[in-house]
Amino acid sequence: MKFKSLGLAALLLAVWLVLYVFLLSAVDGLVYGVLHLEPGTRLTSALHFFLYEAPKVLLLLTIVVFGVGIVRSYFSPEKTRKILENKPILLGNILASMLGIVTPFCSCSAVPLFIGFVEAGIPLGVTFSFLIAAPTINEIAVVLLFGLFGWKVTFLYVSMGLAVAILAGFVINKLKVERYVEDWVFTIRSQPPEMQEEQFRLDDRVGFGFTQVREIVSRVWLYVLLGIAVGAAIHGYVPENFMASFMGKSAWWAVPASVLIGVPLYSNAAGIIPIVHALLEKGASLGTTLAFMMSVIGLSLPETIILRKVLKLPLIFIFVGVVATGILLVGYFFNAIM
Amino acid sequence: MTTVKVLGAVCTKCKVLHQHLLELKTEHDLDFGLVKVTDLRKFASYGIMATPGLVVNAVVKSVEIEPKDSQLLQWLKEQSNAAR
Repeated sequence: MKFKSLGLAALLLAVWLVLYVFLLSAVDGLVYGVLHLEPGTRLTSALHFFLYEAPKVLLLLTIVVFGVGIVRSYFSPEKTRKILENKPILLGNILASMLGIVTPFCSCSAVPLFIGFVEAGIPLGVTFSFLIAAPTINEIAVVLLFGLFGWKVTFLYVSMGLAVAILAGFVINKLKVERYVEDWVFTIRSQPPEMQEEQFRLDDRVGFGFTQVREIVSRVWLYVLLGIAVGAAIHGYVPENFMASFMGKSAWWAVPASVLIGVPLYSNAAGIIPIVHALLEKGASLGTTLAFMMSVIGLSLPETIILRKVLKLPLIFIFVGVVATGILLVGYFFNAIM
Repeated sequence: MTTVKVLGAVCTKCKVLHQHLLELKTEHDLDFGLVKVTDLRKFASYGIMATPGLVVNAVVKSVEIEPKDSQLLQWLKEQSNAAR
């Protein structure tokens, strides 16, 4: 009984591998063999896309969320805060952005985390680097990007997300925005909780991974399916190059338009990425697509509303403005080089 | 009487923990007051940076995780014994 979670994990990993390896042949067999659909028609193309991509992405999601769950059990906001204390500005921004990826975070804990960082004397810009990177580069986005776009786009997205988080935090530092933080934030003196550092065994951490899978997959699977269904319909029925005229490279206004639409549009990565993938296939340019995704995922309305409790309105606008500008630059940059 | 506070505003885990404590209370016939704290400012004064936070008689017992039943029961019984 001592290594219950570990044993279960090993067994499930084997099942996972079998499913993943044989998925494509199983779907081919079903679509062409059992259903006798004619290859090359719109319906076949859309159906095959859905039947293959949906289980593939869900499989990838399960394994990555599980892995990230284990990695996150080694990090906590307290440890991250300790690492960021007394670091010089730029190094602080870089570290904060990277730690934003691995530290457990949800938008509901943005405020306590913000206060905790301010209390420890961590510069505002460094805190913002963390708050930008944490939601932008999340495991769900990474899985969907990898599953649908491949590793190159995933790598670009992650590195550009990091770049925006680092630079936006750096710029916010330079703007000296301390006066726009609600005054009461600076007066809080908390008692650090006297908890013992918890001693997790590997088996506990694996168990933590399982909890994460249950929690996250049960929350997003429906969005994944809906997103892939819409993506499949676009894949099968929208003509080639349909998007080129208004999301293509030649349309200079496409990047700012994507950001303007993307920022208030709140969706999770699970729903939006399959749709965006299909648009890219139909002629949208990579820069415009990346900018749209980042603004939808990274800048969320609920998070800014929550942050309003600790930030005065001008700083909310500065925050959104600086990040949106960064995303805009990413979009133009990729449209220029690709 | 022991006071148990669950600190958490909107997260799913916070609701689950709150609900779970209620179940344990009836199941094991425990005597404690259960309060749900949703004011984000109060979280900070307890020094927690992630939710849910579990506070038993003003002492932070756990942050971010959903503690196991055996652990929860131990904390709750410890406190009510100490109070006697």
